[in-house]
Amino acid sequence: MSKGADTIKPRETKLQGDRVTMAHGAGGQSMQDLIDDVFLSAFGNDSLSSLSDSARVETGGGSIAFTSDSFVIDPIFFPGGDIGKLAVCGTVNDLAVSGAQPLALSFSVIIEEGFLVSDLRQIAVSARVAADLAGIKIVTGDTKVVSRGDADGIFINTAGIGLFSDGLGLGPTNIQAGDAIVVSNGMGEHGAAIMVARGDLGLETDLISDCRPLGNLCGYLTKNYPGLRAMRDATRGGVAAVLNEFAVASSKAFFIDEASLPLKPEVRGVSELLGLDPLYLANEGLFVAVIDPAQADAVVADLRKIPGGESAAIIGTVRSDPPGILVMNALLGGQRLVEMPDGEQLPRIC
Amino acid sequence: MKFADEFRDPQKASVLIANIEDALKRVPMPEGRPLHIMEVCGGHTHSIFRYGLQKMVPREIEFVHGPGCPVCVLPMGRVDDCITIAKIEGVIFTTFGDAMRVPGSKGSLLQAKSEGADVRLVYSPLDALALAEKLPDREVVFFALGFETTMPSTAITILEAKRRRVTNFSIICQHITIIPTLKALLDDPDAMIDGFVGPGHVSMVIGNRGYDFIPRDHGKPFVVSGFEPLDMLQSVLMVLTQMAEGRATVENQYARIVPEEGNGEARRAMAEVYEDRKTTEWRGLGIIDASGVKLRSAYRAYDAELKFNLQQAHVPDPDICQCGDVVRGIIKPTDCAAYGTMCTPKSPLGALMVSSEGACSAYYQYGATGLNDPREKIVS
Amino acid sequence: MCLGIPGVVLEITDREAFLAAVDVSGVRRKINVACVAAPEALDDLIGKWVLVHVGFAMSIVDEAEAQKTLEVLEQMGEVQEELMAMRNSAQA
Repeated sequence: MSKGADTIKPRETKLQGDRVTMAHGAGGQSMQDLIDDVFLSAFGNDSLSSLSDSARVETGGGSIAFTSDSFVIDPIFFPGGDIGKLAVCGTVNDLAVSGAQPLALSFSVIIEEGFLVSDLRQIAVSARVAADLAGIKIVTGDTKVVSRGDADGIFINTAGIGLFSDGLGLGPTNIQAGDAIVVSNGMGEHGAAIMVARGDLGLETDLISDCRPLGNLCGYLTKNYPGLRAMRDATRGGVAAVLNEFAVASSKAFFIDEASLPLKPEVRGVSELLGLDPLYLANEGLFVAVIDPAQADAVVADLRKIPGGESAAIIGTVRSDPPGILVMNALLGGQRLVEMPDGEQLPRIC
Repeated sequence: MKFADEFRDPQKASVLIANIEDALKRVPMPEGRPLHIMEVCGGHTHSIFRYGLQKMVPREIEFVHGPGCPVCVLPMGRVDDCITIAKIEGVIFTTFGDAMRVPGSKGSLLQAKSEGADVRLVYSPLDALALAEKLPDREVVFFALGFETTMPSTAITILEAKRRRVTNFSIICQHITIIPTLKALLDDPDAMIDGFVGPGHVSMVIGNRGYDFIPRDHGKPFVVSGFEPLDMLQSVLMVLTQMAEGRATVENQYARIVPEEGNGEARRAMAEVYEDRKTTEWRGLGIIDASGVKLRSAYRAYDAELKFNLQQAHVPDPDICQCGDVVRGIIKPTDCAAYGTMCTPKSPLGALMVSSEGACSAYYQYGATGLNDPREKIVS
Repeated sequence: MCLGIPGVVLEITDREAFLAAVDVSGVRRKINVACVAAPEALDDLIGKWVLVHVGFAMSIVDEAEAQKTLEVLEQMGEVQEELMAMRNSAQA
């Protein structure tokens, strides 16, 4: 099959509507459109325009990784973590998957009037525990309080800096046909756990969020596997969003095998009940790695020995054609395209 | 997962495919086109895409995606109705996720939410009722959307509301029925459908006898089917076997869920609560007699349209839309003049571009990679 | 349309409102079972598999029928294997 790039229609990138909707924050096509149309057009520069997990900032002595992330999760406390742990892990993981050694973190909060100090204390403690686990210190921060109703409990922003090791150039442009696609653990556990924890769907499970710092896993990989091409943590938009981004950025076709996807029974249960696709569910302690196929088995075997990597698996292969798409080889031998997610996944009845 | 994983077995699938190929050799083929098998139900369309079934069956078989997707056939005017009510002060508008993104003439419920309407997702109509009990100062409206599978759940919720004396709960009734629509579809002399994979979950409620007219009057095989991929492949085989043997009858592939007579208790609840509307409008198909229901006058207190004095909005389908012809199997999505130009998944004109399982939207996905034929494998 | 998924009934949680707890692959939810059991027969549902749609049990899974369907498919596979074997031996 070699219908090439000339038959590809340009992606629709035009921002739709005159108001921001939830879809613009859901990590899919709409959010990309918003970023392109509003922020890139205003701020555009070489470092920003690559839209990688961390920016590379050149100094006299070397390259610094710099990244920032905001956290607005509902509920604030959830099985497996809380907004404090999440705020540390999210930023640390963006540094880690960029191949950088995390150095320091900022931690800024916007608190709604009336918020319980005891809750705030708990959030701070779990942020500290996560930072210790990640081997990073919280060195600066900011506190603002807004009137009741002007925020939903608490919002947190963290920014992090890290140091790129010399010569390490990870990124989707390194990806080659034949490379193996690896996920570092079971998919969709954060997204499914949060959906259940919100309580409005009336579901109960023992599922916990996979929220955890990935520095150890990523650091181990970058040190020991020169065949590593690219890594990205699969947060909003799930594994499907990352693979679509990689496919477009590398101009390659990504093929994944449904039978190989690591999924906990409870994630499958939530997905089947609500009609969701676990490929689109968020993760907070999982990354996708693309790697030289000769090293893929060893990477998976190693990941499985490290906490947080127990269910690591090779889920597919990169091919050269047709460029820019993600294809699922379905369970029974059929195929389907897996699109870039657009907006939040909504439970459906049909 | 019990009763699901067993019906997703690759080895059994390849056996079924071999049998389908074999049976197809004995089927008299229509001239100049593939064999059209309509899967009536949107759930089946979903399975076809999820498991890539179109690419597994021989090229001589083409699935025609039927009207059984309540989102695909939801008229724009009805979405406008929902938004009108959702924007009333004090109203909490509850809906299944499916309806959130469907565009009306003034945007979708999701957009209405971003403009300040209190629109909330629910998994079950019972959850909407529970919300009304929890917030007695608010008016909770539930958008009751769906075919016969979903109708009993709304009916029982209304009966529960009455039993628990909840007065701040009402529904917009958009329940529609499949048989009048199949009749309308088949009465069209141009329709090109050779056989049917019938809706399993609708049938577990209404039973299988309502479909008898299809083989009797139209000579088409009709096989009520489950939703797992092996169910669907077996149903296709059963349709082909009927054709090969020159017979047409209603068969039940999904006997583990569908009793011949359906669900009596569910039908009793429906008969208690609903009566036929004279006519109902379907996006893409126009107005069909007695193809939808409303609440009986004894339950009018729960009818949001009366409670809020709603004047139903009517927004005609754009003239250029040929969704109806696609659903009847007369043209392919790509034959429509609006396809891919004026009508795309991001700004859909026609019903079949709205939901990702709509025929046109599905075609568009493949078109976007230069793979216009959904029957073609993406890599050999 | 109509997403439905089999779940097993764990317990009856509210007799008056016909509510039961079901388990779908480790996920629990309270559902209404008015369509699949008479008031006096609610306890018989425990351990049974039901088809769940929008928070309602709409049918009891007929396990014998499920088995029958799978057997038909298995037999189809055996017949096919025999045919292949016959073809192969004819060619040999």
